[in-house]
Amino acid sequence: MTTQTHRRASRFAADTAFATFIALLMGFLYIPIWVLIAFSFNDSSSLSWPLSGFTLDWYAKLAGNEPLLRAIRNSFYVATGATVLTLLIGVPAALALHRFDFPGKTAFRRLILLPITLPGIVTGISMLNMFKLTGLSLSLETVIIGHATALVGVVVTQVYARLQRLPPSLQEAAFDLGAGPWRSFVDITLPNIRSAIVGAGLLSFVLSFDEIPVTFFLTGRENTLPMYIYSTMRRGITPEINAVGTIIVLLSLGLIILSVLMTKRQGPGR
Amino acid sequence: MSALRRHLPAVLVLGIPLAWIVLFMLLPYGILATYSFWLKKYPTFVPAFQFGNYLTLFTDPQYVLVLLRTIKISLLVCLASLLLAYPFAWFLVYRCRSAQIRTWLYMAVIAPLWISYLLRAYIWKTILGTEGVLNSFLIWAGIIETPSSIFLYNQFSMVVTLTYIFIPFMVMPIYTALEKIPANLNEASADLGLGPWRSFWRVTVPLSMPGVAAGFTLTFCLSFGDFVAPFLVGGPDGNLIANVITTQFGSALNWPLGSALSVVMLVVVLGVVSLGDRVERRSAAGGF
Repeated sequence: MTTQTHRRASRFAADTAFATFIALLMGFLYIPIWVLIAFSFNDSSSLSWPLSGFTLDWYAKLAGNEPLLRAIRNSFYVATGATVLTLLIGVPAALALHRFDFPGKTAFRRLILLPITLPGIVTGISMLNMFKLTGLSLSLETVIIGHATALVGVVVTQVYARLQRLPPSLQEAAFDLGAGPWRSFVDITLPNIRSAIVGAGLLSFVLSFDEIPVTFFLTGRENTLPMYIYSTMRRGITPEINAVGTIIVLLSLGLIILSVLMTKRQGPGR
Repeated sequence: MSALRRHLPAVLVLGIPLAWIVLFMLLPYGILATYSFWLKKYPTFVPAFQFGNYLTLFTDPQYVLVLLRTIKISLLVCLASLLLAYPFAWFLVYRCRSAQIRTWLYMAVIAPLWISYLLRAYIWKTILGTEGVLNSFLIWAGIIETPSSIFLYNQFSMVVTLTYIFIPFMVMPIYTALEKIPANLNEASADLGLGPWRSFWRVTVPLSMPGVAAGFTLTFCLSFGDFVAPFLVGGPDGNLIANVITTQFGSALNWPLGSALSVVMLVVVLGVVSLGDRVERRSAAGGF
């Protein structure tokens, strides 16, 4: 009896400790984001407590900021291009890893996944060296190539993980019924991995939109949005950055919800 | 002709990624390595084959110091992330009874990955600054009287910021590893008379090592190569290797030395990745 109360008490203490820990962790993760948002509506140009009053001025300023709008357009262009490229390279790579056995397969897998752990700066600099050597001038297109290289591993891991969960009998059935490799891919494999492809595409879009280290070295005169924000930060902190940041946070939130809905719909396939 | 037609899909499926790897990874890495042997000669640099750049990196105290500092910061970030991530993941897997709450909490830790990495570093600059949110809040609350400069532009602020940025990479693999441990193993060790602490250390921890190794690898490598957080919150004495590399490619205009530094970074990352791989495989095989 007493041991049981004792056990219950210690269990309660442990649960309380854990709940406190989780609350602190969530505070650590989310209070900063609320701080970012709160100061984007604050009517003082210095970011210090207490908040002094409500304003939308910082947002109004954004709308008239021509370099910023141009940077946003550039970022959409780069992220779209990079996403298309990562899918065109990543999906075949995942299929090759899943379907084929070939000499050097391990090296192939390691290389294509390497940029996930390799800091972007190495990808950026090695490509910068190459482009300089070949005389190719830097532009948004060189940034796209850099992003595709840095992000293709993300697509490969996601699509490969989905392919591994597909029952091999599906493919065999398609072949037995006389479908060629192309037909069986389009009619059988593709519909089953579609949501993984969309999810991986969304993720590469977000990561490319947000990318700095590779962009830093490979961009020419044009700026992407993060590069623009980065160079603004060099000059100092302004609530305008908070306003851009708040918009980015809201858009990211929308994308997260979208991707959760996508994976939910896939349901049983997971 | 028909043989080509038959094999065309396979050729494309393997050929496209292979061509990309050769053209945009192997070739640039090769060129990077080549540049690292070149010689700086004002105003540019000339082809050469000499180890002067590497010699500088490993003998000039300025570079040795940065290298050691980068390793130290990355290890501290790994440690801080691990101390936060492990109990969190363990709680989700073993103590959280509601599947819905589990999903929400897990999502809450992973979600910041989708939010701009630059912003997450910037937020900490605004919070930790001398006239920043934390200082002005502490003054407002009457805890301190004058703004303190201990929060920003030091190694503490860098570790906090990098931990904040990279913690999802520690949570994900550890959670996956813990989830894979069959529940009956813990029951078995309880039946055999092991107390909860001993079964935690003897069963759970060894079996979750692959996740810890993967999280360590990712967090270490990403912190090791970061130059944005040190630039924003690190201050003058907070330069990490990546900052030195950007300087060599920018104002210092010493591409060969910058390339040599990048090669060192590439080698360190490859080393850490293969070490992590080995730990993962060994502990997965039960050799721990």
